[in-house]
Amino acid sequence: MTGLFQRFINKFFKNFFKRKKQVKLGLYGPPNGGKTTLANKICLDWLGEEMGTVSNIPHETREIQIKEEVTIKSGGKKLTFNLVDTPGIATKIDYEDFLKEGLKEKEAKIRAKEATKGVIDAIKWLDDMDAVIVVLDSTKDPYTQVNITIIGNLEARNIPVLLVGNKVDLKKSDIKKVQSAFPQYEVIGISAKNGTNIEAFYELLFKITG
Amino acid sequence: MLTIQFVPYTEIQGLNSVKRINKLLKIVKEEKIILLEGRLKSHEEAELISRTMEEIDNKFKGIEISVVNPENSETKDVLQAIRQIFLNLVLGSRQGFTIIGPASIVKEIKQDPGRIQLLTQESKR
Repeated sequence: MTGLFQRFINKFFKNFFKRKKQVKLGLYGPPNGGKTTLANKICLDWLGEEMGTVSNIPHETREIQIKEEVTIKSGGKKLTFNLVDTPGIATKIDYEDFLKEGLKEKEAKIRAKEATKGVIDAIKWLDDMDAVIVVLDSTKDPYTQVNITIIGNLEARNIPVLLVGNKVDLKKSDIKKVQSAFPQYEVIGISAKNGTNIEAFYELLFKITG
Repeated sequence: MLTIQFVPYTEIQGLNSVKRINKLLKIVKEEKIILLEGRLKSHEEAELISRTMEEIDNKFKGIEISVVNPENSETKDVLQAIRQIFLNLVLGSRQGFTIIGPASIVKEIKQDPGRIQLLTQESKR
């Protein structure tokens, strides 16, 4: 009898928290793919404010950034989620690369240290995601092990994935190359900076979180 | 001089994930390029990246990694698909191979499903 009551209580609380749970939508990808630019675009469109700073120097985002309760509307539907912008995932970080970008040595070493911690945090957070947008720079070779590892880990965790080929406004952009590298996934080409194809992107968000 | 160390799958088969990663990182930190028979599991690849990040300092800059996996190549017909399923059952993670090199030596590994190009850093000497 006690066991039956215990199961009822457990089920009640489980369902209660399930209803209250917010969908966590993560932005993942290699550094400088445009994750924060896309996060800013989403937040500007639906909250009227930006989320984080962007820079041409890699590893600008070195901590997990969360924007809570972002509600987007499309075609009469409504979707609310917590947007999680993550540091770019890399397999190597050399402070000397930051020196080439004009940073002072001390600043470069601090940035490198913070960037390594950011990568570790981004990987840890994979388990907490309900759906993930993988943001790739469509001007670059998509067939890298970092991209394959991110997508492979999402697949292993059964987390829905939307692949975004960003920077389609640039001449070197090749969205077909991204599609052919990951033929089993839905790929959309956008420019987070200019807003190109952003409506179609929002439509697909409903599809992957639905 | 480049040193390439071949690691047969049997050398890591009996190890748990932590020991596998430690073994591979130890070799890479000795400035050797690993040619590993087979591949790591996807969570082990992610863990390898995390552990690499923990190890980065002024000397060790990280790794370059690439997996050549026949499973990724396009399956053309049903027979090939069946053959692939059979190979997966028999060989598991033993198929294909993985290259892992220290970033101080390996500048970039370019890959497509069937080919790998390993670009090394120019010598600073």
